[in-house]
This record gives sequence, structure tokens and C-alpha cells, in this order.
Amino acid sequence: MRFGLSPEQTLFRDSVGRYLRDHSALDRVRRFADRDEKRATDLVAGLVELGVPALLVPEAHGGIGLTALDACVVAEALGYRVAPVAFAANAAMAPTALLLAGSEAQKRDWLPSIADGGMIVGAALSELCGARLGAGVAASGGRLRGKALFVLDFEADAYLVADMDGGLHLARADAPGLSRARLETVDRTRPIGELGFDNVAAEPLPGASMDVCRQVLDIGRTMLAADTLGAAQCMIDRAVVYAGQREQFGRVIGSFQAVKHMCAEMAAHLEPTRASVWYAGHAIAEGSDEAHLVACHLKALLGEVGRFVAKTATEVHGGMGFTDLVGLHYWYKRIGFNRQMLGSPERLRIEAARAQGLAA
Amino acid sequence: MDLNDGPEYAAFREEIRAFLVSREADAPAVRGPNDGKARAWQRLLIERGYAARTIPRQYGGGGREPDILKSRILAEEFARAQVSPGLGGQGISMLVPTLLDVGTEAQRMQFIPPTLSGEMVWCQGYSEPGAGSDLASLRTSAVLDGDHWVINGQKIWTSTAHVADWMFCLVRTEPDAPKHRGISFLLFRMDTPGIEVRPLIDMTMRRNFNEVFFTDVRVPKDQIVGKRGEGWKVANVILKNERDSLGDPNQTLTRLNMLIDIMKSETIDGRRLIDDPLWLDRLMRIQGRVMAMRHNDLRVLSSKLNEGQDSSLARMIVKLQGTELRHELEALAIDAMGEVGLAYGANPYVRDNGGWQYWHMYYLGLIIGGGTSQIQKNIVAERGLGMPREPRAGEA
Repeated sequence: MRFGLSPEQTLFRDSVGRYLRDHSALDRVRRFADRDEKRATDLVAGLVELGVPALLVPEAHGGIGLTALDACVVAEALGYRVAPVAFAANAAMAPTALLLAGSEAQKRDWLPSIADGGMIVGAALSELCGARLGAGVAASGGRLRGKALFVLDFEADAYLVADMDGGLHLARADAPGLSRARLETVDRTRPIGELGFDNVAAEPLPGASMDVCRQVLDIGRTMLAADTLGAAQCMIDRAVVYAGQREQFGRVIGSFQAVKHMCAEMAAHLEPTRASVWYAGHAIAEGSDEAHLVACHLKALLGEVGRFVAKTATEVHGGMGFTDLVGLHYWYKRIGFNRQMLGSPERLRIEAARAQGLAA
Repeated sequence: MDLNDGPEYAAFREEIRAFLVSREADAPAVRGPNDGKARAWQRLLIERGYAARTIPRQYGGGGREPDILKSRILAEEFARAQVSPGLGGQGISMLVPTLLDVGTEAQRMQFIPPTLSGEMVWCQGYSEPGAGSDLASLRTSAVLDGDHWVINGQKIWTSTAHVADWMFCLVRTEPDAPKHRGISFLLFRMDTPGIEVRPLIDMTMRRNFNEVFFTDVRVPKDQIVGKRGEGWKVANVILKNERDSLGDPNQTLTRLNMLIDIMKSETIDGRRLIDDPLWLDRLMRIQGRVMAMRHNDLRVLSSKLNEGQDSSLARMIVKLQGTELRHELEALAIDAMGEVGLAYGANPYVRDNGGWQYWHMYYLGLIIGGGTSQIQKNIVAERGLGMPREPRAGEA
């Protein structure tokens, strides 16, 4: 029995972490957020070099053929540095959908371009997690009609689109009849947007079903949860450092129990979720029956714990935590984004209950 | 990541399951009295290597090689079957490992076999009215007078003192030494003249604790474990293990499953509680946290089995998170049952024999005992996160 990351996974995490530390520092994140860059092409290229979008793509299709657990490790590293790059949809949900439901020809067409960074694929599955504002996509005769909101990894070359009957489709961003509008949110590190489909030609994935959609959501949710784990860990680390430097009443504030206990509570709530992220990654990789339940609970739990850490770490920084100067708010907002997207905690807990037959 | 037991362990698990089915009739009640049936069961479990598993045979143990995974499988399977895993108590869980570590050969031969068999029951004399979180400031004194220590003072929170045959006790023997270096670890019979045990009824209205008073209690000089003044070190061999066992997520899971059953069977306005989205949401919140604590537990277990895995922070938070979570879990059952949840004692509508109220209160006791939640947070902050220590009195 061995529960945890392998030495290779630790090594991979560290190399992605080092790259992001050197290239996705706060000033780089700010530039992305302030200038409304579409894509951080320098970071995208660097991560392609490290094999990030190729993670889940099998070697036969030009990828590395690793597992959901390896993807969790990367998501955590990206969250730690609030890296402004596509990941959950492009590197996890789209390859998963193609592998589960794509034809051999589709796998051949799409997977190598995802792996080598030649193509970025966003995901329009939000309507499966509760349709709002009357959105929804209908498919008939290879054509899509309707509207998809809150599309993840929006600045993409193509989109994985769910219809309301469990069908999945790949639509190119430049397809005639497809309209795109970016939706500004509180988190400016990850663009989302809205897609309008006016009789748009798209490729259906022949093996798609509600069950496949659920598995695509499971991995997407697990990635967002792992992103929160990383972002929250960074906030704790920064709060501990700050509390060790800032002096009031003649001592560092980190020596006051009130402040120490805030930090201890953050760590005590966050640490068990680390094991759960690994467990979820492993369960998805193994195709375990538990995967869906664990992914729902994990994202719900990290939604709650993330919010607590985001608030508390900001408070430890006092007034400075509230300013743009320190920039902690990028983490705060990233954690808030992960909480809402692909199912809020309340919705995920109902799904968790359904997964065990406890709710209809 | 490899969560499989492997063939040897799968076979071991099967062996335990078969044993539990075939011998169920011989098992005494879980946490029942230490009577003839309980001791016969204990003998059988030791013989089969299911209790006192790794304690050498010459001391009356099972004499098996240490195997963390087999110990874990035993705990899981006995818990799943809700069958008594043998005798517990602080003698077996705390004193025996201490004697194995630092006792003399004569002490091991004298004390370990009757302790394991249940003939010698122990209580632990650590906390005092003035020494709780700051245990090392304890003041019960022992002064050497010829061949005897003479003990004066008072202990509190002493579980089982009223049924124990012996006490293992921390006393101050070097009043002039720094507080951690002036303590010794003594063993003595509870029927020694000068010992008075008074019950301390807790909020559950049970006698879980006692106060113990010492007036010129004379204890033979050689009944000391370790050297004079080294009692703090001796006690710390096992204090850490005590914390590890508080807040065990596997026990919490058993209670969670009982809670789910309650929410499926109890109704309000004719509707099952579980069909009410509000109660369902609260149940799922707790379930998600229990799940994470079980994964955390797997991680801690794995780090004991495999080189190079660090889980020190994961381990440090178990008592803090585990006891708070269990307290909240019991509260949810009480809340969901409304007025029925109040039933305690002689009430025809009482559920689980009053267990939900009892454990809710008991776990508040455990949040405080064994190192309060606030002390746990100090430990997490200072040792886990490397934050500065609180300035000591006189330093600031």
C-alpha cells in the first residue's frame, strides 16, 4: 500500500512549480489581468515545453499518457501561482471527452494538436451543472443551436460543447454562425465567455452520453479543486511569512496566539483536502466507482475551505491584505471562481447524495 | 499510488472475517466490563495474534512481527463487525509500550503479563488541578525517605481510578530542577494507605473521571520507571500516541453510517428527514469532511509504511479536526431528531440508547482533554508552520 505522490510526480510538480515561480510571478499575472491579454502566449509555450497540455494525451497520439493524478499535481501548481493559462478544459476535460467518446479519427485529428499546444480547446458544459438565464444548446443533424454560458478556457480555437441530452460536440471557434462574447468576472486570471450557436456545424463525439459528460465534469471539477488547493496553500504560506515579519506592540504579530490560531486553523482545514485531491485523482485514473462521489465532495469541500482560507489569510495581512499593492486578491478571486464554476458546493452536495441513492 | 492490500494482506483480512463470524458468540460487549468473558476473549485474541499482537511472548503478548498494515486490517475488521477488539485501557495502551521502551526486565516481567490478561487494571496519574495544558508544572511531590518515596498531592481527570489496581503517576522529585527535569514516573498499588479516590461526575452524568488525593503515601523506592528526574521523557514516549488515537476517522465513519440510517428512518411531518434538502445538505457537508479525514488517515498510514513520505502536518491536525468533526456529527443527529433528540435515560423515544447526546458531550470532553484544541493549534502553528513561540512569562 502506498498513498501519495510517486517520486516522478513530485519531480514533475517541482519542475512545473519552478517554471511558474520564475515566469508567472505576480507582475506577469498583473500584466495579463490589466491588459486583457487573450492568451499569455509566453506561458502557454513554456508549459507546452514542459508537457502540460500533453499530460492526459496517450503517447500514440503525441502525448505523454499520464493520469488524472498527475494532472491534479499540475493544477495545484498553477493555482499556487494563479497562472493565467488554460488548463481544466483544455488539458483535462477535452482530452478526457475525446478518449471516452471520440472516434479513432477524431482522436487522431484533435489530440496531437492539444498535446503540442497547436490548439486550445475550451469547455461549454456549465448548463449541465444548472442552466441559468435560459441558456442551453440543442443538437440536430450535426448542427448546434442555442446559447452556452460561462465557457471555461474561453480564449480557445475550438470548444467542447454539451447539449441538453448528454451529447458532446466539437465546434471550431471560427465556424460560421458561432458568436463569442467574453464575460468579465472577478477573476481576471482565467477568461470565460458566452457562445451563441446559430445553426453551427460541429462534430458530435459518437460515444457521448450523460455518463461520459459526468466523467468529463468529474475531472474538470477535480482540477478546479486542485487549483484551489494550490491557491489556498499559497495564501497560507504568505500569511505565515507576513505574520513572521510584521511587528506591532514590539513583537512580530505571528507570536500572538490570535494570529497563530488563524494560521493553524487554515492549515488544519486545508491539509486533509490534499489527501482527498490525490485520492480523487487516483480514483479517476483507475476508473473507480467512487470517482464521481469523491469528485463532488472534494470540490464542495474545497469550495468551503478555500473561502475560509481566502478570507482568513487576507485578514492576517491586515489593511495591506485589502490592497491591490500586495495582490493577494488575485488568489482570493481565483478561489472564488473555482467555487462557483462547474457546480457550487450546494449543487455538488446534492449530486453527491444522488450518487449514493440518498436523493432522487 | 497503490491502494491495494496485496495477496498476503487480502488473505489476512479473509482470515479475520472468518474468525469473527465463527467466534462471534464468544465475544463480550464492546467497551463492556472486564469480567470472565472479556478475559477469556482477550486470551483467545492474544493467542491468535489479534490483540497485544507485537508484544513479545515472554511478556504474555502475541509475539508477532510489527506490521502496520495487519494492525490496521485488524482494527478495521473488528470495527466493521462491531465486535470487541479485546481489552483496552491506559495500562495496555500507555503503560505497556512505556515499559517495553524504558522499563527494567524485572518490571516488564512483573507488570506486562497481568496487564495484558486483564488481571491488573491501571489508571494514569498525570493532570492536576493546577497542571492541565501546562502539565510539566505539576506539584504532587515525592520525597525519598529510606527505602520509600513519600507522596503528597492531588491528581484529577483520573479515568478508572475507582476500579484500578495500580496507578502510573508523574510526581515532582527534584523541586529545585527546571520544571521538565524535576519529574519522576512512579508505579504503585491503589490500595496503598493514604490514597483517597473521589468520583468526578462529568456532564454526561457518568463517572468517567475521578480525583485522587495522596497523603503520605509510601511507595517502594524501586517502583520507578526510568531514572529520577526523567519522568517527563518517559511520559512523552506515549503522550504522542494518545493524541494519535483521538479523533480516529474510522470510528467517525461508523457513526456517520448510523446517522445516515437515522435520517432514512426518522420522519418529520410524515416525511423522511433525508428527503428534506436542508438536512440532506448538512449530512453531505459532514460526509465530505469525514471523507477527507479518511484520506488524510490513509496518507498518514502510508508514510509509516513507506520511506520518504512526509505527513507530519497531516498527523498533527488529526486530534484537532477529528474531535471537532465528531462533535458536530453527533450534534447533527440531535438536531435532525428535534425534540426526540433530547431523549436521554428513561424515555420511550430514546434513540441509540442516548448515544447521540452522550457522544456529543463526550467529544466536547475530548476536544478539551488530551491537549485542548487551543494547545493543538499552538502545536500546528509552531511545529507545523514554524511560527514564533509565544514569549514565556517574564520574557515579553
